[in-house]
Amino acid sequence: MLTHLPILQVIVPLLAAPLCLMLDGSRFVWAFALLASLLAGVISGLLLWQVETGGTLSYALGGWQAPIGIEYRIDLLSAYLLLIVSAMGTLVLLGAYRSVNKELAAGARTYFYVAYLLCLAGLLGIVAAGDAFNVFVFLEISSLGSYILISLGRDRRALWAAFQYLVVGTIGATFILIGVGFLYAMTGTLNMMDLAQRIPSVSESTTVLVAFTFLVVGVCLKLAMFPLHVWLPNAYAFAPSIATAFLAASATKVAVYLLFRFSFGVFGVALTESILPLQEVFIGLGLAGVFVASLVAISQHNIKRMLAYSSVAQIGYMIIGYGLDSQAGTTAALLHLFNHALMKAALFMALAAVVYHHGSVLLKDLAGLGTTMPWTAAALVGGGLSLIGVPLTVGFISKWYLVQAALEQDLWWLALLIVVGSLLAIVYVWRMIEPMYFAPASSDRPRSVGNTPEAPRSLLLVIWILVAANLYFGIDTRLPVGIAEAAAQQIFGVRF
Amino acid sequence: MSLGLLLHATIVLPLLALVGILLLRDRPNLRDGVSLVAGVLVFACVATIYQRFTAGERIELTWFEILPGLSLSFSLEALGLLFALVAGFLWPVTTLYAIGYMRGHGEANQTRFYLFFALAMAAVFAIAFSANLFTLFIFYEVLTLSTYPLVTHAGTEKARKGGRVYLGMLLGSSILLLLLAIIATWTLAGTLTFTAGGIFPDDTPAWVLSVLLALFVFGIGKAAIMPVHRWLPAAMVAPTPVSALLHAVAVVKAGVFTLLKVCVFVFGVDTLPTLPVTQWLIYLAGLTIVLASLVALYKDNLKARLAYSTVAQLAYVTLGALVATELAIAGSALHIAMHAFGKITLFFCAGAIMVACHKTEVSQMQGLGRVMPVTMTAFLVASLSIIGLPPAGGTWSKWLLIGGSLEADQQLMVAVLITSSLLNIAYLLPIPLRAFFGSASDDGHGPERSVREAPLPALIALVITAVMCVGLFAFPNAVFDLAQRIYG
Repeated sequence: MLTHLPILQVIVPLLAAPLCLMLDGSRFVWAFALLASLLAGVISGLLLWQVETGGTLSYALGGWQAPIGIEYRIDLLSAYLLLIVSAMGTLVLLGAYRSVNKELAAGARTYFYVAYLLCLAGLLGIVAAGDAFNVFVFLEISSLGSYILISLGRDRRALWAAFQYLVVGTIGATFILIGVGFLYAMTGTLNMMDLAQRIPSVSESTTVLVAFTFLVVGVCLKLAMFPLHVWLPNAYAFAPSIATAFLAASATKVAVYLLFRFSFGVFGVALTESILPLQEVFIGLGLAGVFVASLVAISQHNIKRMLAYSSVAQIGYMIIGYGLDSQAGTTAALLHLFNHALMKAALFMALAAVVYHHGSVLLKDLAGLGTTMPWTAAALVGGGLSLIGVPLTVGFISKWYLVQAALEQDLWWLALLIVVGSLLAIVYVWRMIEPMYFAPASSDRPRSVGNTPEAPRSLLLVIWILVAANLYFGIDTRLPVGIAEAAAQQIFGVRF
Repeated sequence: MSLGLLLHATIVLPLLALVGILLLRDRPNLRDGVSLVAGVLVFACVATIYQRFTAGERIELTWFEILPGLSLSFSLEALGLLFALVAGFLWPVTTLYAIGYMRGHGEANQTRFYLFFALAMAAVFAIAFSANLFTLFIFYEVLTLSTYPLVTHAGTEKARKGGRVYLGMLLGSSILLLLLAIIATWTLAGTLTFTAGGIFPDDTPAWVLSVLLALFVFGIGKAAIMPVHRWLPAAMVAPTPVSALLHAVAVVKAGVFTLLKVCVFVFGVDTLPTLPVTQWLIYLAGLTIVLASLVALYKDNLKARLAYSTVAQLAYVTLGALVATELAIAGSALHIAMHAFGKITLFFCAGAIMVACHKTEVSQMQGLGRVMPVTMTAFLVASLSIIGLPPAGGTWSKWLLIGGSLEADQQLMVAVLITSSLLNIAYLLPIPLRAFFGSASDDGHGPERSVREAPLPALIALVITAVMCVGLFAFPNAVFDLAQRIYG
């Protein structure tokens, strides 16, 4: 049983998705989906344990060995990502029930859970697959799931946002497919390990370079790297709150993983460094992302949208870490990947609680939240502080590593710009905090559920688990730091 | 009790008080009692630690390692102990004052007030005893954030704006400059543990150290060197007990304390004078002293005047830390204590006047000495301490600072310090003098006949601190011993 974990990781949510359709009543569907994702979470925990004790796992699908059959390959980096995605998927789903019932029409709820599980299965598959074509297949599965999730938003603009994402996402996926095709033409294999071995012998050819370009641009579209981010703010703003929390905590993270996997795992740094000034390009784009997106975030009135732009900015930090092209930079990016998932999951879940009562999350809806919904408001403060990077939160740890990685290469100006970027975060976070505690609650707001203004307990529980995780992993950093450092070492160990 | 337990207690007791305050939120008397008892217990702990310290005991504590090589650790050292003694003594006194003030003033949300007050004090003791720059930075930020709700306590538009400046400048400077400096220090030196003589390797280029020193001086916004002083006047929208303990003692002293620590235990007193940037920063400190005093002269609002006076007095400590001779360092450390007692008394008096007769402007205080003799006498004593005249404690620290400047051939700074004393006389002394000798004007600005002294708890508090100002003149040895141990 334990040897089949790599495939079970993907197959459990994938099979659970259609089974949802056979169940009646949203409560059962939710419970079933939760069970499936919980199982996936347990599996990824076991996988991480196996990888940490026994090294990289290779699983041949159907017993067919690698060049012919499909290989699932779990190294430390994939196990880390699997854990992030499935843990976030489970936690978000745990708090989803009341919010989904409130935001979605009765007929749409089952589809929501089906799409959710499909998306989860796709994301897990991308990470588990050791084969470039399978990556593409799972990417499409997860994308289709997320298009549905977004389009279920009750605002009619959700349809348009989903369509926008569909167009951009399809372009991205097509680019990736073209890249994979070129690589196959040049090397005759789709297995990533084989590709990594064969590419150096053909690295002189332009085709490989073109393949690399297509792959990287395609992946960057999916991870919403500035300036390819335009789909993200709308998608996040109009999707159902739960879907936003899930996608923000997992989908972009997996895309960042792909960037690392393709450029370091498949192509090897030596190739790309020698041909393109990639380091400068990515650091530049990362910085531009941090500043432009943060500035745009400051002027938003819809908090979901504001946090969506903040996501683009935070992705910028990961891109900077990637662009630094060093073990320290990679550690910082991988660490931020985990930490950012925690922050944004906490914040978007708290926003789900606000939406639950007010139907929207405009700045004016936050007025007086400190007195009407004290726990939710405090959670927003906690998540916001983590986003700023205040000590004792995870955000601080990320920043520490990123600045240190920049200083290690004597890039003083970059270190300075990184901290300036977090000053912008103070501004937009405080725009959110001030009305909660300084503006009086307006009396004409719709009061939905009787006279209990605070969010449902189930939702609050999840929100506070996530906020507590933001604090816990800001103090006891052994798990994320240990894995991120070891994974970065694995990547750069190959190189030297 | 073991020394380690006592050290833990100074940080943990305020946190326990926090829980007690929260549980007893519906019973104001018990709730305030918890704060008071916690304050007294903490001071007892610090006093015991002091005795053990003078007997030669030392200790190192580690809570946990946050990042490899970077842990939350605490240790015992003269400067930190001095700071903890001052804060530990003044916390219960201020609580006593706050009980009188908050009730007399009819403030709302008192539970929240005491809650964040206790949290801020826990951070202060953690700062005082921190063994490395990393720990210090963490609690420095905790202090900023926990005092934000205190500054904005009134919840008005003015409070919101003041809070923005407060948080923006303190959090901004610390993240932008201080954090950068700390990470750079870590990258260069490989350690952040405070070590006598400094931690940088000998071959570090002077220009790098210069940049770092500048980053530290401006990054430690709580030290309020110009131009990062704007947050301090902005913080005056807070209730007076907050201005008194936090913005005359705990927060600002945490700033200059950090700066002193950095100068002595990160750069080292031998390195500092060799850096090209040090002289310029000394000039800047001198400029801050003179300019802030001049601004204070023109402020009619008493709390604003006191705030600018604090900016100037903090620059004394910065000046001493940068001059870094034996006398100057001792003077700086001593000034942390002396200024604390003087300035907290002045704020207590300002608050007492506000509660008793609702006056906030200096020009309205003519003839007030006749109805509030105790308050105004305390004000006079504290003014003398700030000016640096006998019979008040401020005399000694100023004496040492001038001596230290002479030792380092900084004649210009000697002139600055003396000018500043004259300016202090000009902006402080007229207030008590006019209160006693000026006639109550008839244009409605004079005190009404019905005015009495402030509520008793507040009055007791301000008498205690005023007596301490004189006491520290007569018996400065305990504090002076500690101050002398810091240098090498």
